[in-house]
Amino acid sequence: MKKTRTAALRTLSLGVGVALLATACGSGTDAGEGTDEGNGDATTITWWHNSNTSPGKDYYDQVVADFEADNPGVTVEISAMQHDDMITKLDAAFQSGDAPDVYMERGGGELAAHVEAGLTKDLSEGSADAISTIGSAVAGWQVDGKTYGLPFSMGVVGFWYNKSLFAQAGIETPPATMEEFYVAIDKLKAAGIEPASVGAGEKWPAAHYWYYFALRECSQKTLQDGVGTLDFSDPCFVKAGVDLEQLIAAEPFNAGFLATPAQKGPTSASALLATGKVAMELAGHWEPGVMQGLTEDKTGLGDDTGWFPFPAVSGGKGDQTAVLGGGDAWAVSQDAPDAAVDFVNYLLSDKVQQGFADNDMGLPTNPSATQYVKDKALADLLQVRDASPFVQLYFDTAFGTSVGGAMNDAIALVFASSATAQDIVDATQAAADAEK
Amino acid sequence: MTDVADETTAPAGAPVSAATSTSQAPVAGRASARPAARAPGGRRGPGPAWRKRAEIFFFVAPALLLFLFFVVWPIVKALQFSLYRWKGFGPLVDFVGLKNYVTVLQNDVFTDALQHNLTIVVFSILIQLPLGLAIALLLNRKMWGQGVLRTIIFVPYVLAEVIAGVVWFQLLQPNYGVVDTILGAVGLQGPPQGWLGTPDKAMIAVIAVLTWKYLGLAVILFLAGLQGVPEELYEASQLDGASWWQIQRKITIPLLGPTMRTWGFLSMIGSLQLFDMVWILTKGGPANATTTMATFLITEGTKRQNFGIASAASVILFVIALALALVYQRFVMRRDTHDPAPRKKATR
Repeated sequence: MKKTRTAALRTLSLGVGVALLATACGSGTDAGEGTDEGNGDATTITWWHNSNTSPGKDYYDQVVADFEADNPGVTVEISAMQHDDMITKLDAAFQSGDAPDVYMERGGGELAAHVEAGLTKDLSEGSADAISTIGSAVAGWQVDGKTYGLPFSMGVVGFWYNKSLFAQAGIETPPATMEEFYVAIDKLKAAGIEPASVGAGEKWPAAHYWYYFALRECSQKTLQDGVGTLDFSDPCFVKAGVDLEQLIAAEPFNAGFLATPAQKGPTSASALLATGKVAMELAGHWEPGVMQGLTEDKTGLGDDTGWFPFPAVSGGKGDQTAVLGGGDAWAVSQDAPDAAVDFVNYLLSDKVQQGFADNDMGLPTNPSATQYVKDKALADLLQVRDASPFVQLYFDTAFGTSVGGAMNDAIALVFASSATAQDIVDATQAAADAEK
Repeated sequence: MTDVADETTAPAGAPVSAATSTSQAPVAGRASARPAARAPGGRRGPGPAWRKRAEIFFFVAPALLLFLFFVVWPIVKALQFSLYRWKGFGPLVDFVGLKNYVTVLQNDVFTDALQHNLTIVVFSILIQLPLGLAIALLLNRKMWGQGVLRTIIFVPYVLAEVIAGVVWFQLLQPNYGVVDTILGAVGLQGPPQGWLGTPDKAMIAVIAVLTWKYLGLAVILFLAGLQGVPEELYEASQLDGASWWQIQRKITIPLLGPTMRTWGFLSMIGSLQLFDMVWILTKGGPANATTTMATFLITEGTKRQNFGIASAASVILFVIALALALVYQRFVMRRDTHDPAPRKKATR
């Protein structure tokens, strides 16, 4: 008895020893990979991006090859990852202080926190030319007047709709005002069609409704001050919630919308639109791509795909043509070599952005590239974006994860009719005060 | 078992020490050979004692090291994080004392989550204990298809939690889901927003899925416990003319006590730490109707990057689980963990 137990223990401890050894080796090689930077005259920069499928991946490989040919001695190490994986790895990389040289920033409060922690490089001087080419879109990546990211793709949120279902319900032109929108809801319901899907299970798709009502109700100055000082005392924010309550009371949403995911799986909000189960969905520029991935024949809604901007709210103090949106920017970590700044400038150049548009990888921010966007619906959306007086960054991104999360939670509660318009403002303000 | 053995040999005193010394005799010989200079008299005492300690240390150290590294160190870290306001990167500088704990305990979402956890603890035991016991008793009888039935009951437990969650998520969809289709076929109607989309129905759905998933564990444990009930007791009671019901009530269930109490402990701790099934089915929604303490700390931590608040919540979860575990051990499982032999002797 005793003998066998000791033997077992010995085997176990041996196993443990081997395991410890294995982890020690593992971490050793990890550390080795991270630090091989700047040995001798050659410079290596690391770049993480999320275009991990062709044609985007192949295109970026080509871009790097061209850049390396033009800059002898510089090597770019590419890591192409799936988007969610990349975000998780970036968070971990920032925690361990081992961030890649060139990476993606989504702007707003998240960027502000990175800047405050001294993780990102100020690009105001190194990328001055690129910044002036892009124009006002960089606003979302500026902190205290300095620019920390160069947006390479900037999309806007609006209603994607099914043209044939709208026709079936007798709606000739997409609604331009909320009054028309309510008429459209009634017509769709009368035709036995669920008007809209919303992935309220994940909260942010539901929150976009409130963001848009706030954009319509609040003046640009109130919004910008609100984002800057985290002060939501203006009554327009409560009015936005009242508008939202009115919309929810009209019951336009798919059955079970409180548990509906945004984009994943056959019962997600995007899939319901893609398979003709609902007539429309409020979503960003990514929607056609998502819908294509969710349908068997990889075409999404195909020719039935239509887009219209969020309707105007009568009596609102905000700009009725302003759009809500967001984008992705290239940023450089604080201690990256200078070549990394050259590289992001190259990524924003006319040539690279034109190829970016040509490969349908997003909505380019360099004006010389917008004409190359081939998709009809996306081209329409680009026109609306460029005609808009300003693009309001998604509030949750703008306010940062903590305030944004509290706000989205409160909005989701309003969708479940267990909170009021005032609760949204109170919860957001409370989370904002905790930040100060 | 070992306790009982000690009990009997202890009064004699000598045999115990004799056993130890004989088993260590060769070891002592080798040990005294080396430190001969330090112990010229060649005393037998310190050599084996040192040797034994080194041996214990040698075998315990790896496990202890792992325990320290993967259990104690994270707990200490969580305690440390819980005293700071921290976004997940940069140095820990913003010391806030116990403010995070106050924030968590005053947060309605957290207190609701705690209530949900306790509801799940209670309903898991209330539903799975009688049901599991009934099925175990049934499957313990020799009957046709016994093996197949056992497998069917146990399969959900073997299935990965995430896969089971995704499958149930699809089954419970409103309009298109299988559950609503079956209900519709018999003239009933599910909630219009779906089982998982209606705030006051979601918890029922979650508990139903959890019962389906974990009933297999209860049944398999009870079946194992039933194998330990001596056949002679059944035979004796049958000779005395006891009915099947009487046998179950007077013999089987009391003798299954330790198994049931152990299962109850596992079930309670599992319910308190419940995360994956809820996260897949509802993400804590709708309207926070199914949040658990674990979903709360994930939302605060990895979603909102309030790592201080998340750490405080995790420490509170740890304390609650530990307290309940100790209370359970002290009052419910005492009969199983402390040796029952002397008390039995005394009562008889």
